[in-house]
Amino acid sequence: MNFKSLLMSTAAASVMLGASSIAATSGSHEMAPCDNCANEMTIVSWGGAYSASQKAAYDDPYAAATGVKIINDESSAEAVAKIRAMNEAGNVTWDVVDVVAADALRLCDEGLAEEIDGATELAAAPDGTSADDDFGALRVNECFVPQIVYSTTFGYRTDKVGDTPPTTVCDVFDTTKYPGKRALQKRPIDNMEWALYCDGVAKDKIYEVLGTDEGVAQAFAKLDTIKGDVVWWSAGAETPQLLADGEVVMGSTFNGRLFSAIVEQKQPIAMLWDMQSFDLDGWIIPKGLSPERLARAKHYVKFATDTQRLADQSKYISYGPARKSSAPLVGKHETLGIDMGPHMPTDPANSSNVHLYDYGWWADNRDDLDAKFQAWLAK
Amino acid sequence: MAVVTNFRPPLINFVVPMVALLVAIVGFFVGLTHLNGIIGLLIGAAIGGAVAYIIGNYIPVKWQGVLATAIAFGIGGYMLAGTIGLFTAGLFGAFVGHTVYWLSSGQYRRNVPIYSTSGQVLWHNTFRLGVCGFIFFFLIAPIIIIIPLSFNAQDFFTFTKEMLALDPKGYSLKHYADFLTNSSWTEAVKNSFIIAPIATLLATTFGTLAAIGLSQSHVPFRRSIMAMLISPMIVPLIVSATGMYFFYSDVGKFFTDTVGLSLGFVGYAKVILAHAALGTPFVIITVTATLVGFDKSLTRAAANMGANPVTTFFRIQMPLIIPGVVSGALFAFITSFDEVVVVLFLGSAAQKTLPWQMFTGLREQISPTILAAATLMVAISIVLLTVLEMLRRRSERLRGLTPA
Repeated sequence: MNFKSLLMSTAAASVMLGASSIAATSGSHEMAPCDNCANEMTIVSWGGAYSASQKAAYDDPYAAATGVKIINDESSAEAVAKIRAMNEAGNVTWDVVDVVAADALRLCDEGLAEEIDGATELAAAPDGTSADDDFGALRVNECFVPQIVYSTTFGYRTDKVGDTPPTTVCDVFDTTKYPGKRALQKRPIDNMEWALYCDGVAKDKIYEVLGTDEGVAQAFAKLDTIKGDVVWWSAGAETPQLLADGEVVMGSTFNGRLFSAIVEQKQPIAMLWDMQSFDLDGWIIPKGLSPERLARAKHYVKFATDTQRLADQSKYISYGPARKSSAPLVGKHETLGIDMGPHMPTDPANSSNVHLYDYGWWADNRDDLDAKFQAWLAK
Repeated sequence: MAVVTNFRPPLINFVVPMVALLVAIVGFFVGLTHLNGIIGLLIGAAIGGAVAYIIGNYIPVKWQGVLATAIAFGIGGYMLAGTIGLFTAGLFGAFVGHTVYWLSSGQYRRNVPIYSTSGQVLWHNTFRLGVCGFIFFFLIAPIIIIIPLSFNAQDFFTFTKEMLALDPKGYSLKHYADFLTNSSWTEAVKNSFIIAPIATLLATTFGTLAAIGLSQSHVPFRRSIMAMLISPMIVPLIVSATGMYFFYSDVGKFFTDTVGLSLGFVGYAKVILAHAALGTPFVIITVTATLVGFDKSLTRAAANMGANPVTTFFRIQMPLIIPGVVSGALFAFITSFDEVVVVLFLGSAAQKTLPWQMFTGLREQISPTILAAATLMVAISIVLLTVLEMLRRRSERLRGLTPA
């Protein structure tokens, strides 16, 4: 998969140039005017610190430059179901929607998302590289314009692990060395892979093994060893809360949430980057918009995914920009003034051992394993 | 009720063991968290007995005894748990001191007949203070606990060390500032105060009219019509919400695309109409209940005097059924103000109400801003209810009635 090599090269570039302060130079003068465009739009995202970073990096500059009124919805968690319902009812109220790559695959396959032409409808890199080449393999299909690379990884309470902090993801499964509760996401994805990996399955064989009934049983058997110590979460905000309360010693969540708990909230928490699971997040435009609204949505997506804007977002949250050309522009945190590079999931120090979540494989096996996982949980 | 003023219970045989028991129970829990339950129990019993004995024999003036116990307990609490211990133990000390006087002066028998047995007196006081106290605690504690948490200086639902030590650094008004300045919250407040009052007005008008109509004996199919009007209250909300979603999608599209009304206006209209439909049954029920006691001959008398039906309604019927209308309107308002399912289905983000914002806020970001919002809403409700009660008493005074 060239996904990984791409992520690595992105990271390398970001480190080489480090916190170069080319940031915040190119302004909105390059933006083409939008003819016959709607003057109001609804942007759907995930809420919390993530939405705040998008508002600061994309929405505010866009609204200032165009005078468009932007309404923010925080319904990305149920994006697929809602877009289906809106499409059925013929009443699409969303203009631009932030979704994970797996959701984008489903929406595009079902014909619920507009195709966006990388050559004409997205901005080229400053050096003239086309948008499609700049995004590379991260642009998983024609509907999806990637924005960030994030990871699901572990954080642990520094004051509850003694003198030997955990160093590998398998420490999560070691309840004698690290007694206490752990927070895991209430879904099979990542948990099954981590279980197999810690049960001795080679990293490149994980999906092969998970494809068999014995492999699934093996993963559940490994998860059984910690089942009594697991707090299952479903919203990204839960693990930071549980860690801050001291209810769990370690827990998985999105790396940006941990960054905010550690660096902004100064909680006694540290990151465990080993076997972090990479994923992508980006924009889609739902089908069924009026021509004026569609034109406005495309105009916004072109603006919000250019090289400078993607780099700007990393000033507010520790997610890596999806464009290769944005990496050298990653700078310091807007208010704290710390270098964001070392907090990115793609930083070489953090990504020496990563887990590449295979969304293609999961798209085929998700329903089956979801059912098995729920049955296992209820046992 | 007989007031026992001369009765003085024996100090050693009654007051000392009772106070010892009270402090022993609390001592048990303090002991559990610090060292050992049984040791805490024994120490508590000893302290309680000693306090009762000393006060009973040497400190006849109440305020001096209460103050002395509070100070003594406060110092003990401070040594055990710092500032927070000083306050809680001090309060508990004052309570213990008060209890000693309450018991030794015989006041605990004040509200029971003189012939009651000890068992009856014990039950009377256990029920009044113990059972009722626990019920109140059970109802109020979950609401009270959010108030200090909303002043948390951190972004978590956690009592931090600084907060427990009552360190000013642990407290902050930043979540209130966020609530009052963050556009997500201010927009949500604005939307709630647009949608709920209009929905209430519609629900109250239609509900009152329907109740009056259905109370006329000549209306055919009264029961079936009533059942139909009440149904939004009975059908599970998620079912009505799904139905309304598809119904209002088509209606909304007609009004935006064909008639040419603006998207925002139609969006609000959809949510308001849906909320009005949900609130109407409450108004129908409360108004129907007050109409039962309404004397029909009054309307006939009014008609006899030459008043037309509209005048009769506003001058005669309305003033008499107004309590039912007002309580129905309150229910309708609360239904709309608290409602989250229908608005999630029908509304677009432009109609985001306060419960919607709280719901997404809890799911996506467990932020104490929700607690700040909740605290403000609790405060507003208390003020609102107090004002209503004062107005009610005032109007009763004006009408020459003594407040009930």
